[in-house]
Amino acid sequence: MEEKKVVPFNGTKEQEKQLLEVIESHKGQDGAAIPVLHKAQDIYGYLPIEVQTMIAEGLNIPLAEIYGIVTFYTQFSLNPKGRYQIGVCLGTACYVKGSGDILEKIKSILGIDVGECTPDGKFSLDATRCIGACGLAPVMTINDDVYGRLVVDDVEDILGKYE
Amino acid sequence: MDMVRGHVLCCGGTGCTSSGSEAVIKEMESQLKANGLDKEIKVIKTGCFGLCALGPIMVVYPEGAFYSRVKVEDVKEIVEEHLLKGRIVKRLLYQETVEDDSIKSLNEVDFYKKQHRIALRNCGVIDPENIDEYIATDGYKALGKVLTEMTREEVIDEITKSGLRGRGGGGFPTGLKWKFTYNAKGDKKYVACNADEGDPGAFMDRSVLEGDPHSIIEAMAIAAYAVGADQGYIYIRAEYPIAVKRLEIAIKQAKEYGLLGKNIFDTGFNFDLELRLGAGAFVCGEETALMTSIEGKRGEPRPRPPFPANSGLWAKPTLLNNVETYANITQIINNGADWFASIGTEKSKGTKVFALGGKINNTGLVEIPMGTTLREIIEEIGGGIPNGKKFKAAQTGGPSGGCIPASLMDTPIDYDSLIQIGSMMGSGGLIVMDEDNCMVDIAKFFLEFTVDESCGKCAPCRIGTRRLLELLTKITDGKGTMEDIDKLEELCYNIKASSLCGLGQTAPNPVLSTLRYFRDEYIAHVKDKTCPAGVCKALSRYIIDRDKCKGCSLCSRQCPAGAISGKVKEPFVIDPDKCIKCGVCMQTCKFGAIYKK
Repeated sequence: MEEKKVVPFNGTKEQEKQLLEVIESHKGQDGAAIPVLHKAQDIYGYLPIEVQTMIAEGLNIPLAEIYGIVTFYTQFSLNPKGRYQIGVCLGTACYVKGSGDILEKIKSILGIDVGECTPDGKFSLDATRCIGACGLAPVMTINDDVYGRLVVDDVEDILGKYE
Repeated sequence: MDMVRGHVLCCGGTGCTSSGSEAVIKEMESQLKANGLDKEIKVIKTGCFGLCALGPIMVVYPEGAFYSRVKVEDVKEIVEEHLLKGRIVKRLLYQETVEDDSIKSLNEVDFYKKQHRIALRNCGVIDPENIDEYIATDGYKALGKVLTEMTREEVIDEITKSGLRGRGGGGFPTGLKWKFTYNAKGDKKYVACNADEGDPGAFMDRSVLEGDPHSIIEAMAIAAYAVGADQGYIYIRAEYPIAVKRLEIAIKQAKEYGLLGKNIFDTGFNFDLELRLGAGAFVCGEETALMTSIEGKRGEPRPRPPFPANSGLWAKPTLLNNVETYANITQIINNGADWFASIGTEKSKGTKVFALGGKINNTGLVEIPMGTTLREIIEEIGGGIPNGKKFKAAQTGGPSGGCIPASLMDTPIDYDSLIQIGSMMGSGGLIVMDEDNCMVDIAKFFLEFTVDESCGKCAPCRIGTRRLLELLTKITDGKGTMEDIDKLEELCYNIKASSLCGLGQTAPNPVLSTLRYFRDEYIAHVKDKTCPAGVCKALSRYIIDRDKCKGCSLCSRQCPAGAISGKVKEPFVIDPDKCIKCGVCMQTCKFGAIYKK
């Protein structure tokens, strides 16, 4: 397998300003690291080491601890996500109704594995925990759109809708 | 105030939102306006009705017409026919509610008949984003009563007397927990709410938070008064955006009304509440891990004792209860402990909410009195198994629980009887499986989950669950031996005995319970090298039915491995050694002649 390219960090001054404001507003608060990381990920879309460093310095928490938190929780991402983020629910209700097959189909169409992004930055793929739409199982999400009661044959058409 | 002659209740829970209820609500509002009805008919976005399989759901009052699977295109007809002319649109009604020419009340429908809604009492009834509607249904009455008429000890006694037990899974007596925290010495105490509902396939807590957020806020204030805390935290999954939003709105409204903050009801009682978002770690549902996470660290559990009642958040005495536990509190205060204790079984009082999912007709949310049997839930409330398939097992308790086989379907559901049969109540996920599900594969599925979610702090869980998964994979790959099954069982008991927290201690349960009731399936995988349900790929075979095959050769041309051969117009055959089990042949066959075994 070829080595994965590291996407260079290209945060803007505007984003940096927003982040510094967030850090400032949480300074001195008990247990501030996780709320700040949530907001930082909203601003940048992911949490590259540059952003983690700013947070570590701003909150006066060792970088190692921040990195430890980021890698512990699955919602925090070290890699950028695609423009369209696909999530296939692998909760029990979806799994017993065949969401594993849906995931395989998407992998084979896009040629990427779970946690990866297509080279053009269009799609990224995640296997999600239960999103609670068990009544519609099996379920996948693309950004804010939810597709339920899926069968494998639906996948190609759904992905085709995104340009 | 305008006179409103009718109400349209639309479900805005996650299930219905996922099936497009937002667009339906928008269309309803604009259609009402277009017909000049927007002053007469009020649209209310409610929480979950429970029947998620039928979403988007819409109920029109005063008639009580229950429309299911409403599409945007249908809205115009509902407005023009029903709301304008008073003619109910029969084709959109939930068929169960139709009786001859009239409609039945929802409470008489099979799905609701056996339910008893206490925790879900307001879900699907009130607008969760409007505090006035909550107050109109006796909201904040219990808090008022507690603060003005009851001592702290009386509150704890009442909860103890009710027999309420923790709804997060363990079933610890709630009153006792309150008492421990009350007795703990400390200048500062906290109350916390566990809304980190991580069990796959469970969404009870989310529905309560989405449908009735104020009931949790009120209950937490009552708990804070009883144990002597002035600060509360709700730890909620970030994966539940709708619940987070409604809680934020509810907290803001409660503050504006003086129901949170300083000097509540002029009694000198102060209580403030904050939300903390999880970030996707299952272990954070464990109480000590949850508190470590609120403190802003990696959510790793700590050894107990000391218990949170004595040393919890920031090492201060902390009361932690689950969402559904809190959802019962105001009702116990308002209606009395005796009323609550009259529902349920001897040792398990009250009701339990279950999220029904998997191979069942009425997927959704149900609240039943303790002691109801699994058969009643699945066959009567749940409407049975779809496509004429046979019931095989029900899984309760998520990755910590076990599978209940058909032979035990008449077990009454309560904390103790479920433990006895090797499962557990858990938070309330109930996944139904039919004959097409392989029990070894299900055990493997849960182990994949726990391996992924093990925090790594203690070795039995970190390493042990991985070894379990490897053994299971070996078996589903058809390479297992009978010794592997014994090893599997032994390892399970070791992990249970030596793990640090609840996650590791219960992680082997799915394996143990499937071994207990479905050992023959394990043996079939090992000895006969077959998967009886035809799920495990390495063991399944694609076979062409000679009688149905017309010899069109389509499959052999599509097969990427060149495994299918034969003469045109005569039955073809698949060479199992060459077959890579991709299933393309089965999909392409126009005559349904290819099946999997």
